[in-house]
Amino acid sequence: MTSSRKLPAKTFPLLILVPVFSSLGNVLLGKGMRGVGEIHHLSFSTLAVYFPKILSSVWIWLGIGSLLLFFVSYLLVLSWADYSYVLPVMATGYVLAPLLAHLLLGEVVPGTRWVGAAFIFLGVVLVGRTPPRTTGQA
Amino acid sequence: MSMRTFLFLAIVVLSGTGGDIAVTHAMKRIGEVKNFAPRALLGVLCRVLRSEWMWLGIALMALAFFSLLALLSWAKVSFVVPATAANYIVGGLGAKLLLKERVSKARWAGMLLVSAGVALVCTAR
Repeated sequence: MTSSRKLPAKTFPLLILVPVFSSLGNVLLGKGMRGVGEIHHLSFSTLAVYFPKILSSVWIWLGIGSLLLFFVSYLLVLSWADYSYVLPVMATGYVLAPLLAHLLLGEVVPGTRWVGAAFIFLGVVLVGRTPPRTTGQA
Repeated sequence: MSMRTFLFLAIVVLSGTGGDIAVTHAMKRIGEVKNFAPRALLGVLCRVLRSEWMWLGIALMALAFFSLLALLSWAKVSFVVPATAANYIVGGLGAKLLLKERVSKARWAGMLLVSAGVALVCTAR
């Protein structure tokens, strides 16, 4: 069976792309919405004002594009790997976020957050050592 | 925790993982994607859009998203976001019972660590 040999080779790049596109998309949407300004109460009239503003933001569109790429890579990896394998591995985004915030933005990350990130890292290593697919060929 | 908060949290977690499970089932039925050429991927996309399981999954994910928005309108983010770490446990159970995946002890241990880690990361301040 050649496909099971090839499995990890394409699984790992996609498993890296999934959390990267997902966190990047959220950061871009966050940046876009900061530019739009705080929405204080939800009503049709305020939405009518904010909607054109939201749709004219380049950051929002980049964010939507990134989230679409996230969903496509998520679907691709789920076409062969177990859900119980992909789900915990996707949590690496929670490790990436404090690491990037610390390294790039110089943010002070509280100690408990590093402990949590270490838990996630260990959990992902444990799951990553199990075979990606335990069900039969579709 | 009020009854309403508990109910909405349950909807967020159950419909979110339910959506993921329906989407996974749809992709397993479509089969392993082996060819990553644009034309082949377009073919996969057409099959994805024709799958009823995919649409059920997307509908459940949308329900989870809007229930989360509603929940956040009265409950604290510092409570809601760590509580969604329950997704990993419910997801593991769903994968085992509905998708018939063989969830080994190592995988359960990993999922418990990840779940605890996510709860810790989200409550840290």
